[in-house]
Parts: sequence; structure tokens; C-alpha cells
Amino acid sequence: MDRVPIIKVGKYLLATIQTDVQDHVAVALQEDLAARIIAARARLVLLDISALQIVDSFIGRMIADISGIARLLDAEVIVVGMQPAVAITLVELGLTLSGVRTALNVERALAMAGIRDQA
Amino acid sequence: MGVPERLTVALRTQDDVVVLRQRVREQAVALCFSLLDQTKIVTAASELGRNAVAYAGGGEAMIEPSLNSGRVGLALTVTDHGPGIPNVEDAMRPGFTTGGGLGLGLSGTRRLVHEFDLRSEVGRGTIVRILRWK
Ligand SMILES: Nc1ncnc2c1ncn2[C@@H]1O[C@H](COP(=O)(O)OP(=O)(O)O)[C@@H](O)[C@H]1O
Ligand SMILES: [Mg+2]
Repeated sequence: MDRVPIIKVGKYLLATIQTDVQDHVAVALQEDLAARIIAARARLVLLDISALQIVDSFIGRMIADISGIARLLDAEVIVVGMQPAVAITLVELGLTLSGVRTALNVERALAMAGIRDQA
Repeated sequence: MGVPERLTVALRTQDDVVVLRQRVREQAVALCFSLLDQTKIVTAASELGRNAVAYAGGGEAMIEPSLNSGRVGLALTVTDHGPGIPNVEDAMRPGFTTGGGLGLGLSGTRRLVHEFDLRSEVGRGTIVRILRWK
């Protein structure tokens, strides 16, 4: 996989990371998402990482950066579906992703953002 | 799956780090590590593999099951012949980076494993050996 697919669902964008993500794919996702936020005038991005089996400091930084970039573009990223083992490991690594909003699943993310799922 | 054997992974590019993660995962699964223990050792491997590629132009990883006196663990040794680390104490400090990273790779890896041994000589290279018991 060379790019993380980003689809528009109603008023929000959904980006689903499929498997172990290569670094250049993660970097491309930053740019792609920024472009799509503008093109779709999206205010909300759900970043589904439920398929990610590990998040190291590089990918963790990527996730934090994506969230920061979106905020500057007047959109919000909610990271969806982080596996418990990944969350525990990230904290032990010293990365708490404190500025990043997270939700256990898409429904809860949409509830957080006050959107009814139109999919 | 049989008893895992020692194996090596050459580290030259970021794709090799992906391979390293896969191999470490397979070995941890073969040793019946819990999902959390798998995640910790794979994450640690990823950090060390990245460092070898980023700061030393590559290196080699050796993955070795450790079956000592009834205890089961997985050891990983990442060796490079890069520039070495002038001040290991600095490098181990959370937040210290010379590469524009988060500076959490070494300090975080140490927290994720039970044994952590870093040896580095300027001009010769760096060896990091970690071990996690299950
Ligand atoms: N194998 C290595 N060879 C040379 N220097 C290294 C190596 N590994 C780590 N370092 C040095 O230690 C610093 C801290 O590494 P780390 O904790 O992984 O954080 P980061 O990679 O985010 O900088 C690096 O910025 C680099 O200066
Ligand atoms: Mg590092």
C-alpha cells in the first residue's frame, strides 16, 4: 500500500491505516489529509488506527503532527480504535499524545464531535 | 511452530525496519508472548532499528530466543558501525535528539524491556542489546 485511503463520509473524512505503515506512507498521509481537508471543507477527520499493531515514536509523532496540522486548518482529528496494547506501550515509551483526541470507535468519535453518522 | 532460532536482519533502509518488526513479532508469537509483551518488544525493536538506519547508515539486528533456567525471553542485539554516541548519558535522556525526533527512542526502549545494554565508541559504532522476558 502506497497511500492511506481517505474517504469522505457525509461531513467528515475517514482515513483508515491498513497495516504496518511505512514511513513514507505516513508522511504522505500528512500532505494528503491537509489537501483533502481544504478540498472537502471538512471540519472533522477520523483517523482509524485499529489495524496498527504498533506505534513507535516516529509514527506517534506523525499522529500528533497530523492532529496539529488539521487544527491549523480549522479541522479536528479524532484518532479512532487504538489497541489497548498500543496505548500502554506508547505511555511507557513516554509519548502520551496529550494534544490528540481519541475515541474507542467511530460511533463514539462521531458522538464526541456531535455528528450523526450519515454513512 | 517449532522452537525459534537465532536469526539476523540486515538494516539498511526503513523497509528493513518493517522487516525487523515482522521478524521480532513472529519470534515473540512463537515463544507465546502475550499480545502486550509482543507489542513492547516489537516497538523497542522498531526504535533501535530506526536509530541504526538514521544515525549509522545501517547495521544488523540479531534476534535470539533466550531459554535460560526455565525462563523464556526474547533478546535483540542491534549493531552498527556508525559514528557512535559521544555522550551516552545525554542520548539516554528523554527528549534528547540530534535528528529532529522526539528523543524517546532510547529512553523509551529501556522502559519497555527488562535488560538494556548500550555500548558505543565514537568512530566505531554502537551495540544495543535488549531482552524481554515473557
Ligand atoms: N545507533 C546510533 N548511532 C549514533 N547515534 C545514535 C544512535 N542511536 C541513537 N543515537 C543518538 O541518540 C539520540 C537519541 O536517540 P533516540 O532516543 O532514539 O531519539 P531520536 O531518534 O528521536 O533522536 C539520537 O538523536 C542520536 O543523536
Ligand atoms: Mg530514535
